Amino acid sequence: MWSFIHKLGSPPWFYRFSGTFIRWLLPITVGMLVCGAIWGLLIAPPDFRQGNSYRIIYIHVPAAVVALAGYYVMAFAGAVSLIWRIKMADVAMRAAAPVGAVLTAVALVTGAIWGKPTWGAWWVWDARITSMLILFFLYLGVVALFEAYENKAAAAKACAVLSLVGTVNIPIIYKSVDWWYSLHQPASIKFTGESAIDASMLYPLLLMIVAFYFLFACAVLLNMRAELVWAHRQSSWLRQALGAA
Amino acid sequence: MLWPDTADASLWRAFRRQFVRHGKSLLATPSDAANPLLFFFMVVTLFPIGLGPDPDLLAKMAPGILWVVALLSSLMVSAKLFASDFEDGSVEQMALAPYPLAVLALAEVSAHWLATGFVLALTAPLFGIMLGLPIHALPALVASLFLGTQCLLLIGAVGSALTVSIRRGGLLLSLLILPLNIPVLIFGSAAVSEAVQHGNVLSWLALLAAMALAALVLAPLAVGAALRISLDN
Amino acid sequence: MALISARGVSIERGDRRLLEGVGLVVEPGHLWQLLGPNGVGKSSLLRALAGVTTLGVGGEIVRETRMLYLGHAAAIKRALNPVDNLLYHPASDAGLARETVEEALARVNLAGYEAVSVGALSAGQQRRVGLARLVLSQAQLWILDEPFTALDTAGCQWLEALIREHVSAGGAVIFTSHQASPFGASQQQLDLMRHVVA
Repeated sequence: MWSFIHKLGSPPWFYRFSGTFIRWLLPITVGMLVCGAIWGLLIAPPDFRQGNSYRIIYIHVPAAVVALAGYYVMAFAGAVSLIWRIKMADVAMRAAAPVGAVLTAVALVTGAIWGKPTWGAWWVWDARITSMLILFFLYLGVVALFEAYENKAAAAKACAVLSLVGTVNIPIIYKSVDWWYSLHQPASIKFTGESAIDASMLYPLLLMIVAFYFLFACAVLLNMRAELVWAHRQSSWLRQALGAA
Repeated sequence: MLWPDTADASLWRAFRRQFVRHGKSLLATPSDAANPLLFFFMVVTLFPIGLGPDPDLLAKMAPGILWVVALLSSLMVSAKLFASDFEDGSVEQMALAPYPLAVLALAEVSAHWLATGFVLALTAPLFGIMLGLPIHALPALVASLFLGTQCLLLIGAVGSALTVSIRRGGLLLSLLILPLNIPVLIFGSAAVSEAVQHGNVLSWLALLAAMALAALVLAPLAVGAALRISLDN
Repeated sequence: MALISARGVSIERGDRRLLEGVGLVVEPGHLWQLLGPNGVGKSSLLRALAGVTTLGVGGEIVRETRMLYLGHAAAIKRALNPVDNLLYHPASDAGLARETVEEALARVNLAGYEAVSVGALSAGQQRRVGLARLVLSQAQLWILDEPFTALDTAGCQWLEALIREHVSAGGAVIFTSHQASPFGASQQQLDLMRHVVA
């Protein structure tokens, strides 16, 4: 088990392994996404209060969940790269950052699309959306910091430090925004009411969440492969691998 | 970097020495400390001009305005925290000294806070009154800023250490620091709002105090790591 | 007993490898000059030897003693006066006395300037404040990056004498210089051109 993880640290080995891994991961992901989408968007029953417009949660919620989890994946990869100085962990961290940022953006946009028919406004400052927005800034910060450094090895270490600082803060941010919201809550409707969700709507949602996790993994692996192709474009093992494919 | 030191290796002495060095250079260039305060003054003045002089409106918005402007002023301060030390080679020497870089960095941040955040917390009542904040809320304002500016500057120090080797890193610093400062803003402005309404102020101040203590312990470690990374850039 | 020994050291900057296979053993009484044109990586190597940078440094560097590193930037604050600068210098010995500092300033010909802020001194004088650290230091190994820059003839002679004194007292010095070295045959040389990566 440890030797497997150790081998992953070598670019040629990782490239070969991820190639075969993706070859079956990608179809499974696409399959799950299609099934989940059809189930959620067409088969699941319409909501009592919101009618059909609630269906956007099948994209919004998985995107939000995976975006938050993705930050921890990124920070974990950064920690591994800092502590054990494994370059592939660097690559993983940098591959995860833009994927997470895009997922957060998707969550924000779909949240806005959900908000308009449901509560009448494109943007509502409720606790969850506000926390998502802050998460988006945290992601952008990591990406921007990497671009700003000249020495890319130092850049990777800096991003690792930044994402670790972010992970410590994320629970604090989420909780404080929760409290901020309840402090200033307008006296009317509770926007994020925790109504019990029916099984017929829950299962497609769970499928979509799992599908998005797989999608995240595919995107990160593809990103890592692209990074390796660029970084090692002069080396012979890559030319062999690309020639053989 | 630690190797056998023939001279006195007392950590407290090193802390004090770094503190005095930074303090003296701040005293010698007072604009470094005074500018953020002036900035605070001017920007607070902008709000009545922009929103209109209605005293009820201003009083209602005062806690938020004061805290947001304090946060912006803290961003200004953070941007310059390690800049001159990095340029003149002091950070190199600090990294080579046989004391933990985290401790030396904490000494600098402490000296810097006394000159900026501490002074801001003491002078804030003046601006509170200008915005129509009721008198009974002023102690909460001072207390929240006293604790909050420590958090803001410690977090700002991490950002400054990460961006000090980047040309024009000030804007990037703001992008990095703002998300992390938001909890401090929330707790601080809530403390003052609650004070205005004679509500429960202590729990918000306790949260600020907890954040300040945590930052005091954790931030210097991140600053030390970040300064070494910046030296490698 | 080597004060510092380097084996197979390589220096990378960004994506480029500058130097490769650098080896160096410095013993007490050694005086080493690193030779090479601009941009070959002399400063980067000195920084790596001192321990300022660790990223992009390959190979093995073993340090057995306390070092003094004087880089391009001397860590002298222009807003403070020379005494405060030296007394509170981050790398100076803790427990340094004011009188010792004043004596050191006298030795670099800055007696009488104790209360003047460094920003008001001439460039040569500012340089000498940095060099006063050499007088105050108890470190056995000195790593000096172009120490003769911005010094007039008298200043160069003074520094030369100080370095010889340090070396003959059992210390060691590694330095770089753009000018022809004044030490002639009494020094060792490391030609970095032999280690440049093509």
